[in-house]
Amino acid sequence: MENVNNLRNQLTKTITRPIEKIVKLFITASAFGAILVSISIIFTLLTEAINFFQDPAVTFKGYFTATRWTPTFQNPEYGVIVLISSTLYIAVIACLISFPLGLFSAIYLSEFATKRTRKVIKPVLEVLAGVPTVVFGYFALNWITPNIIQRFIPGTGVFNALSAGIAVGIMIIPTVASISDDALNAVPNSLRNGSLALGATRRITSLKIMFPAALSGIIASFILGFSRAIGETMIVTIAGGQYPELNLDPRSAMYTITSSIVNVSLGDTPHGTTAYNALFALGITLFIMTFILNIGSDYVARKYRKEYE
Amino acid sequence: METKETVQVNNESVFNVTDLSVSYGDFVAIKNVNMDITKNKITAFIGPSGCGKSTLIRTFNRMNDLILGAKVNGTITYQGVDLYDKMVDPVQVRRRIGMVFQKPNPFPKTIKENITFGLKVNNMTDNIDDRVEKALTQAALWDEVKDDLDKNALELSGGQQQRLCIARTIAVEPDTILMDEPCSALDPVATKKIEDLMQELVKEFSILIVTHNMQQASRSSDYCAFFTTKTSDDGKRRTGELVEFNETSVMFTTPDKELTEQYISGRFG
Repeated sequence: MENVNNLRNQLTKTITRPIEKIVKLFITASAFGAILVSISIIFTLLTEAINFFQDPAVTFKGYFTATRWTPTFQNPEYGVIVLISSTLYIAVIACLISFPLGLFSAIYLSEFATKRTRKVIKPVLEVLAGVPTVVFGYFALNWITPNIIQRFIPGTGVFNALSAGIAVGIMIIPTVASISDDALNAVPNSLRNGSLALGATRRITSLKIMFPAALSGIIASFILGFSRAIGETMIVTIAGGQYPELNLDPRSAMYTITSSIVNVSLGDTPHGTTAYNALFALGITLFIMTFILNIGSDYVARKYRKEYE
Repeated sequence: METKETVQVNNESVFNVTDLSVSYGDFVAIKNVNMDITKNKITAFIGPSGCGKSTLIRTFNRMNDLILGAKVNGTITYQGVDLYDKMVDPVQVRRRIGMVFQKPNPFPKTIKENITFGLKVNNMTDNIDDRVEKALTQAALWDEVKDDLDKNALELSGGQQQRLCIARTIAVEPDTILMDEPCSALDPVATKKIEDLMQELVKEFSILIVTHNMQQASRSSDYCAFFTTKTSDDGKRRTGELVEFNETSVMFTTPDKELTEQYISGRFG
């Protein structure tokens, strides 16, 4: 009995371990802090956007059907379709550049490159991902436009959708390449061996076996790349121009959601005006677009993970 | 096909292995192997883990080429042709010498596509449905899957997946099948099916099999090679060596070497 009591005393809580508690509190606060910040961002966007739509000059119908975005003009028009179409247009150009190049780099890295080449190329790709987008913006404006676009497509303006789209495309190549590379690497090596053992060449093995097996991961990388292209701000603001009317000519300037947000917020638009509140309507529009794409990419990636369990 | 200039050195043997050693970088996995593999017989490779049996079997269809730093010394001739001659195309080699792996590795495609992939790769697209049926029948899988040919192969059981892998291997009409522990991921019932299948297949193909299972080797093989590892003097390196190569019936009753006898009777390894 005495032994039991002794043991009980030894096992009784005597030390309070304050650092354990502080650390736990701090970690918990950080985790919930992130959620809190997200919620408050959505809340701010929503309330200001609601203010925007309460202005009698603004209608839902006009927001989605007008073909000009001129909130600071004498007779303002709020045709978000101008901005959405420009955004998607530039994003599509970016995807035309980044999907093939990113995917081919990934196939090269995972299927053909030796370990040594891989060791060189992967970090270089990651450096590309680390270049600040403002640099890509001026690269597009001062190099791609005069040296490539204006040389081969005469009549192109200084600000144009093509140049901005190409630069955004270059910017997202590492995203596409890196996630596609992960997807290809996640395919069991046994499939590669199985194919090669049947007398398939490396080319057939990578295109007919590895690529389809990694397809959902590759699609996820495409969706994420597309979502990054839509949200890209600096490049399109610098090189894409601010043409406020609906147009689909790649040689002309365009006006994306993000660059119009930048322009209004940099200008002297007073707080509380409808033009100012329009920013938040745009913000939530953009948020919904990228949110849907991210969920889609997550869904595809999750589906893909199930396949080999 | 293109490289059919085979010289029949010996009607009986399909492979002649001379002074073969395989190394990965500085590490010698297996060395000094000499053996002749007989045609239309089952030859089993047995021995403790790490003795280089899997490494060795992968040299017969040049799968080791795919491992960075792997180097093969000595010669393996396949029907008289040196497999490691500079002019030999490993892709052509693998079309004639098929391989079945340790873990079933069907492609994440339909059952039928698993077979047709190899057929298409090898330009054997005439009578494709007949070829699919023939291969699945030979692999003793046809009756189980004939109504589900468009089902995803990953939905099959492990044993069925392995028989599908055998079917896709024999569909491209190789003359030799290499099997690297084909039953190690399977239950005894599925194992029995594969063993029965091997007895059928050996009428048409030469079979080399790596196995950890002593009973499997004694039950199903005609010839048996026993490998072991030799530790270097400083105790740092272990290299595989061929101890004994004999008819299975001899090896499991009156082995030449003491070491073989110890291993077979379970006193070591």
